Amino acid sequence: MLNIKTIDDTSINERVYQLNLGPQHPSTHGVLHLLLKLDGEVVVAAEPIVGYSHRGHEKMAENRIWEQFLPNTSRIDYLSGLIYNQGYCMALEKLCGIEVPERAEYIRVITSELNRISSHLLGIMAFVMDIGAFTPFLYGFDDREHVLDLLERVTGSRLTYCYNRFGGVRNDIDQEFCDGTRRFIARLRGRFKDYHNLITENIIFIKRTRGVGIITEETALEFGVTGPSLRGSGVNYDVRKNEPYSIYPEFDFEIPVRKEGDVMARYQVRMAEMEQSMNIIEQALDNLPQGPVRSHVPRFIDPPAGDIYFAFESARGAVGYYIVSDGTRIPYRIKVRTPSFSNLFVLTRVLPGNFIADAIATLGSIDVVVPEIDR
Amino acid sequence: MNITQLPFIKEIYGFLGQDLVAAVIGILIILVFVPLNSAFLVWVERKVAGHIQLRPGPMEVGPHGILQTLIDAVKLMSKEMITPKLADKFLFWLAPIIIIIPAIVCFVVIPFSPLMQVREMNVGILLIFSFSSLTVLSILMAGWASNNKYALIGAVRAVAQNVAYEIPLLLSTMSIIIMTNSFKMSEITAAQSPVWFIVYQPVAAIIFFISTTAETNRAPFDLVEAESELVSGFHTEYTGMRFALFFLAEYTNMFIAASMGAVLFFGGWHGPFFPGLIWFVAKVYILIFVIIWVRWTFPRLRFDQLMNFAWKVMIPVALLNLMITAIVLKVL
Repeated sequence: MLNIKTIDDTSINERVYQLNLGPQHPSTHGVLHLLLKLDGEVVVAAEPIVGYSHRGHEKMAENRIWEQFLPNTSRIDYLSGLIYNQGYCMALEKLCGIEVPERAEYIRVITSELNRISSHLLGIMAFVMDIGAFTPFLYGFDDREHVLDLLERVTGSRLTYCYNRFGGVRNDIDQEFCDGTRRFIARLRGRFKDYHNLITENIIFIKRTRGVGIITEETALEFGVTGPSLRGSGVNYDVRKNEPYSIYPEFDFEIPVRKEGDVMARYQVRMAEMEQSMNIIEQALDNLPQGPVRSHVPRFIDPPAGDIYFAFESARGAVGYYIVSDGTRIPYRIKVRTPSFSNLFVLTRVLPGNFIADAIATLGSIDVVVPEIDR
Repeated sequence: MNITQLPFIKEIYGFLGQDLVAAVIGILIILVFVPLNSAFLVWVERKVAGHIQLRPGPMEVGPHGILQTLIDAVKLMSKEMITPKLADKFLFWLAPIIIIIPAIVCFVVIPFSPLMQVREMNVGILLIFSFSSLTVLSILMAGWASNNKYALIGAVRAVAQNVAYEIPLLLSTMSIIIMTNSFKMSEITAAQSPVWFIVYQPVAAIIFFISTTAETNRAPFDLVEAESELVSGFHTEYTGMRFALFFLAEYTNMFIAASMGAVLFFGGWHGPFFPGLIWFVAKVYILIFVIIWVRWTFPRLRFDQLMNFAWKVMIPVALLNLMITAIVLKVL
């Protein structure tokens, strides 16, 4: 049983006042509403209020055929759409027993990891902007632009992709995409030096992030935190390693873990994760097999009656699709377990006792995507 | 023919005195210069920020967007001035008016060139310090009267920050004052004719620069209007021309801070070949460029770190520097 101290347990008196941070606020990244009780500038209690961008994706799934839910998946977490896309296809492939060509698996991994890099770039830079440095945000966007150009070339869209299909991917990648990806990786490796000079080794940044917003290992596990936020607290858990899916076991990559659990640790984990993603992409490009990119799958699939839970790692943590099929062309139920929901509510434990400025930094470091919380 | 020889002008001189007429003309020039200069500085800031961030900045209105701020000013003037329902209406109205006064008054004693100074005062430096302290009063009024929690937090931060950083600012200036034995801006400038004071007083110059950055609420000390925390800080509720006045004052204060720096440490209007005015303005704009550069490079400090830095680092170092200066002057 979770022992969460709700915001109602603390009373408003002469010293303590209530502040609605959001839903319209520059650093709540969308429509997040954070109800804070403050004593001066110190947070006494915090409660995230969700539901401002609820679009009912799970209910929509029950009203359309299996294929038609595919575009919805990339709109749940709009920053790692391809990963959600891939996850949904893999879940149904597992349920129906559809074989996927090897080349398609490689392409899925390459595009998903590129998507992870773009998501982490945005997440880190938005977090740095919350701390007060505006310029790195646009440097990050400059790099992210290259990823989006690459992905646009192969998937046709820049943000809300619908590239994966049951049994493979929509279309093959060409040589120019491979070369462009290699060029991008070389470029980003050079840019990392700039980022470390500008951000990581900046004395003000270090002062603002070291020892701030500490999520202990116990707290993280208690709240079900996953992703970089969990690995920043010293738990070595990544679905790609612990419950491998797709062709991830074939690649040689590490899961970066930091023990400190503070804002800086989460930032460092994300930076290191981008480097690991670049390693994975390079290995995938080196070993890219020839062959078809899509197996023969009927136009409409009819999964057998049954249920399946499929977990995968998005840029924000472990995502799970729980899919129940009653043997018809329309899903009976699709439940999506999204990481940001659990990651966000850890704030109720972490924020009390911190300054407002640290609360904003902590919120930024957890890197939530609000539509993913509300679905 | 000298304009002062005209009988009409002579009569006015006889009636009012030459000083008063000169002062009136000077103040009129200041009243024109202050808004235009702020508009230009806003454009410079946006342009510099743009180029730092790999984008062109304003480009549409005029060549390289130079008229953008004028258009923005027209827009702000035509906007409705909203007063929140629960605001303290009188103070809310008064705050933007008060903030513009010190910004204009301080210009009176700034020596742009040996001849271009509206009024020579033997307490010139003190006048600037005393009037620029009024800014914080206006910020507190704005924050309190808005009846907005973000504005209030910003205002409270502003008071604590300004009080803390005024001490090292004055201490670093004092080490210049005891070298020149004068509060007159022109005498301080004249004393630097062979060597600028930054050579003798590098520590004081650094303290002065950091303190003025904090006094003018510029990043990395812009906690008063920390966007990611307090939306816009003390002027969250202000709209239209009232907001524009706060903006105007911010950039004018920056200009005054930079011209103080130029006078105290960089020799004011001294320089070879060109007239004094060009040297002075060039030095001021270079200092402003550095302030802008710093803003778009560094993250923001946290409030307790800011205060610790003032009380535990800046003030002791400034005091030590002042003591060493005094001892050296006594021994020599």
